[in-house]
Amino acid sequence: MLNSLLLLIGITLMYSTPLVFGSLSGVISERSGVVNIGIEGMMVVGAFTASAVSYFTGNPWLGFLMAGIAGAAIALLHAGASVTFHADQTVSGVAINLLAPGIALFFCRRLFDNAAMTPVCTTLPKLFGEGALNGTPYASLNVDVTVALGFAAALIMWFVLYKTKWGLRIRAVGEHPAAADTLGINVERTRFICVLISGMLAGFGGASVTLAIVSQFTQTAISGQGFIALAAVIFGKWKPHGAYGACLLFGLAQALTVVLGGGSIAIPSQLMAMLPYVLTIIVLVLFVGRSAAPKADGVPYLKGSR
Amino acid sequence: MEVGPDYAVQMHGIVKVFGSFRALDGVDLDVKKQSIHAILGENGAGKSTLMNVLYGLYQADGGDVFLNGERVSITSPTEAIKHGIGMVHQHFMLVENFTVTENIVLGEEVCSGAGVLDMAKARQEVVKIVEEYGLEVDPDALIEDITVGMQQRVEILKALYRGADTLILDEPTAVLTPQEIEQLIKIMRDLVSKGKTIIIITHKLKEIMSSADECTIIRRGRYMGTVDVSKTNETELASKMVGRHVNLSVDKGPANPGETVLSIRDLHVKDDRGIEVVKGLNLDVRAGEIVGIAGIDGNGQKEFVDAIDNLVHAEAGTIEIKGKQIQNTTPKTTIDTRVATVPSDRHRWGLVLPFTVAENAVLERHNEEQFGHGIMLDLAKVEEFTRGLIEEYDIRPEGCETHTASGLSGGNQQKVIIAREVSSEPDLLVAVQPTRGLDVGAIEFVHKALIRERDRGAAILLVSLELDEVMDVSDTIAVIHDGQIVGSFAQGTVTEEQVGLLMAGGGNE
Amino acid sequence: MKTIVKLLRKPIAASILAIVVGFIIAAIVLAAAGYAPGPSFAAMFNGMIGRPKYISNVIIKATPIILTGTAVAFAFKTGLFNIGAEGQYILGTICAVIVGVTFNLPPLLQIPLVILAGTLGGALGGAAVGWLKARFGINEVITSIMFNWISLYLCNFVVNTQTFHQPESTSTFPVNPSSYTMILPQWKLSEEGLNALSGTPWLYEVLVKTDVNIGILIAVAAAILIAVLLKRTKIGYEMRAVGLNREAAQFAGINVNRNIVTCMLISGALCGLAGALSVTGLEPHNISTLAAFENNGFNGLSVAFIAGSSPIGCIFAGLLFSGLIYGGQSVQQVMGAPSDIINIMIGTIVFLMALSQIVPMIADRLERKSKGAENA
Repeated sequence: MLNSLLLLIGITLMYSTPLVFGSLSGVISERSGVVNIGIEGMMVVGAFTASAVSYFTGNPWLGFLMAGIAGAAIALLHAGASVTFHADQTVSGVAINLLAPGIALFFCRRLFDNAAMTPVCTTLPKLFGEGALNGTPYASLNVDVTVALGFAAALIMWFVLYKTKWGLRIRAVGEHPAAADTLGINVERTRFICVLISGMLAGFGGASVTLAIVSQFTQTAISGQGFIALAAVIFGKWKPHGAYGACLLFGLAQALTVVLGGGSIAIPSQLMAMLPYVLTIIVLVLFVGRSAAPKADGVPYLKGSR
Repeated sequence: MEVGPDYAVQMHGIVKVFGSFRALDGVDLDVKKQSIHAILGENGAGKSTLMNVLYGLYQADGGDVFLNGERVSITSPTEAIKHGIGMVHQHFMLVENFTVTENIVLGEEVCSGAGVLDMAKARQEVVKIVEEYGLEVDPDALIEDITVGMQQRVEILKALYRGADTLILDEPTAVLTPQEIEQLIKIMRDLVSKGKTIIIITHKLKEIMSSADECTIIRRGRYMGTVDVSKTNETELASKMVGRHVNLSVDKGPANPGETVLSIRDLHVKDDRGIEVVKGLNLDVRAGEIVGIAGIDGNGQKEFVDAIDNLVHAEAGTIEIKGKQIQNTTPKTTIDTRVATVPSDRHRWGLVLPFTVAENAVLERHNEEQFGHGIMLDLAKVEEFTRGLIEEYDIRPEGCETHTASGLSGGNQQKVIIAREVSSEPDLLVAVQPTRGLDVGAIEFVHKALIRERDRGAAILLVSLELDEVMDVSDTIAVIHDGQIVGSFAQGTVTEEQVGLLMAGGGNE
Repeated sequence: MKTIVKLLRKPIAASILAIVVGFIIAAIVLAAAGYAPGPSFAAMFNGMIGRPKYISNVIIKATPIILTGTAVAFAFKTGLFNIGAEGQYILGTICAVIVGVTFNLPPLLQIPLVILAGTLGGALGGAAVGWLKARFGINEVITSIMFNWISLYLCNFVVNTQTFHQPESTSTFPVNPSSYTMILPQWKLSEEGLNALSGTPWLYEVLVKTDVNIGILIAVAAAILIAVLLKRTKIGYEMRAVGLNREAAQFAGINVNRNIVTCMLISGALCGLAGALSVTGLEPHNISTLAAFENNGFNGLSVAFIAGSSPIGCIFAGLLFSGLIYGGQSVQQVMGAPSDIINIMIGTIVFLMALSQIVPMIADRLERKSKGAENA
């Protein structure tokens, strides 16, 4: 019993981590007033970059870092379109989701002999070192180091948003950009930076799939995590701690399908697999009010016009 | 005018061009230190544009700005703030879900160490200014929970916190009761006595007369002169502002009330936060009379009108139109019962801005057979119908039926709405803030339209935050306070002060 | 100059400019990666329209995305973002398969029944999203995404049920042949048919080598119908009003919530129809276990955006999109260049469509410049 409980916790943490990075990516962007529906695409680029860099250099940490940079580079497009040119943020995000996998696969095939996947690469270490707790019931708690990184990222974002002047300004820009503007806060620059950070976090999210959960990039390495992360943003009411909790719940739902799926319980695995998604809808119906979103979320800020 | 250190602000020959439109065309402004200086002009005359130039939100295309006799170039609000200029915008620039303190310090936060907020210290500083200037407000309250008057004080505090010596107030009294206006004037005098200079932008003559020392008048982007307020009167100011002689009173014959059209009994309505804001309201409006509702914003006006329009649920009570109960049905039922409404916010409720004028002209009526058989919509017929309205109501530009509504001026947009609502010859016409943001000519038009409808035999319910408008246009003045009608008077039997007292919850309770 | 300004003001200008720039960027990427752009594009166009068979396949593959594109464009015009087209398409295929396998009626009854079943399946999926939005105020983007996954796993569930699972495969049984919507499916493969066709090689190629079916006709008709609905009917007027200003629409007595559900229902129905037509019109006439989305719905998003949300535009955007995807395969076969270049190109086009409001701004600037020149 204890074993399967610990196993459940371990798998929950494992699956929730890419979602944590993804949802933090959504939180920072939307808190500044830019809807980022392109998280999925940014994660794909991050996942590819991480595994390719790790494969070529043998250094997964460098891969992780480069994934963040690659995510931010893709986010540059979204920032330029939606912040600088006041484009439709949803359309821009959808375009990112088309463009990013195209770019990742194009380079993948170019670099790896027309294969749509990278070779197996060096992964990031476990939290307590490789095989540290082996033989004890707690072995399944020796999770990937990315779990700790995700937790740290959530903690840092919470601190920045609520305890620093930058956070106060980001939240003001997302709620009432004109007010922020009249107080000398540069709305466009704030949003631009937040979208870049959003891309970086999404890149980390992709890396935490290909450098921890699986050890290579494939076409299906990222399949929907970016979108579930968006749901976690809403479920978590646009708060980093809320989103973190939501990701744990989604991770748990996924873990349950793994743990129970192998057992004797007679629920078809396909129906179990629906659980996280059905759960999201139920949770949204039960708990989410209409007004939790930042007021200026998704609204381009135009100044100087009459 | 010579440039000198006796003047807090001097702007000479300011030009500002938007596209091909000259919003400001050589405007001068000279504001003496420690004075209250009013800028008077109609909506769209360029008052706010001038102040936005001073505050660095817009860059002037020509002209010079001097502060305390020194030439300056202000290219951003940050620089304006550095130069000691603070601005209170007409639409408050407050983050609703932030506290008072957070709003005040935003952009100039109190930090301990690298960027980490020290909110305890920030709060102390806010309390200090609050006490220094006697501007009472709870530093920990959320903006969404405090009154409009309080929010205005927070805006003033924001400027003072940044060390402003010159305060620009943009239409500061638009949302206040007569009593709150008096308080505001007292606050302004206090600030001047403590060394501040105040510029107020307004189109209300009475307030200029009672508060300002000098007044600069702008008309259609042009400078019309500066006058010493103690040596002028309202009529002179009005004709300078409009460019012709203005009749400040409303022309109308006596009312001829008939049967009761609208009858509201013991109405209870909750607002969108679930708090009861209409608390047993009773009201009758008869055919052929205008009943004006006077009240401070947020006393249940919006909600009781929404209940008539069936946009919100009535918790209890009845709303009858000519004896037929319509409460808690659908908006369509209200419309079909021959009730027409001119909404308070024409962009939000009144028009679909990206639609053409023609498409807007048949909102509510698009299902009529004359606009297409069965399920089909015949745009040619809609446009033909609209051309009729355009002619009858002098909507400009001519031939605008195929233009999008967003391209029309505010006055013409309002004409489209009024034309639409009146063209169905309603039994009850509800007009909420029908003249908000309009210039004098358009205001006259709206008032005449209301009176014409009354004389046709419609019952008119006028809800306005402009007390003057209610006093001048209504045959019966009903005062709303805290969700109830607390007094009802025939026109001419009550003074503005008495009504103001009732609006604020004082008087005969 | 004036004609340029006038051309730029036309709504289609943004689409054409985006497509042109998309090609240029793809050329740059190809060149940078060491592939000659000219021959690559030549290979692509050859793979698109080089043979009657290719053209036929482009049209066949355009059918579902014209429908899902129209569905997304329609929803967009009514203020809704239907990112759930993918799931509604899947629901359409599931329902069509269930009914098509279970029943075996004469084609005249069977075909409408199967298509109706698929359409209803998609409509229900769409309406559910609309209802959740109208009733509880939940953002349709999130529920749509969730329904996409639920639909995917529902598909896998149905594939693995005993009734429908085809042994030793990852698919269901195909629907009964009475449901097929190909043109002359039996005759064209009979001796008589083959003999008759051998005289006209192009017809032989199109009919025998591809699954030519009636789907494209239905798709085009649906797009036109939706355009008429939006522009020429009172319901369409109400839907557009709700889409552009929900509050003003409510004020005007329009039932906003009912409109949201209706619009999502119609949008979902179009996607379900697309799914049903794929099942009835294309080999292998069944559904298989899905490891990932097949993108018939997601590509509809791109089609709608490229078309600038015009239903009629979706017909052409769908054909273009289908042509690029289909012809793009040849780039890899002929040039060895990754076919993902096509996704980069499409992504770029859609991205540029997001920036499309810049085009009229360019027109304004050109106009001012030319006026300034005249005055000077």
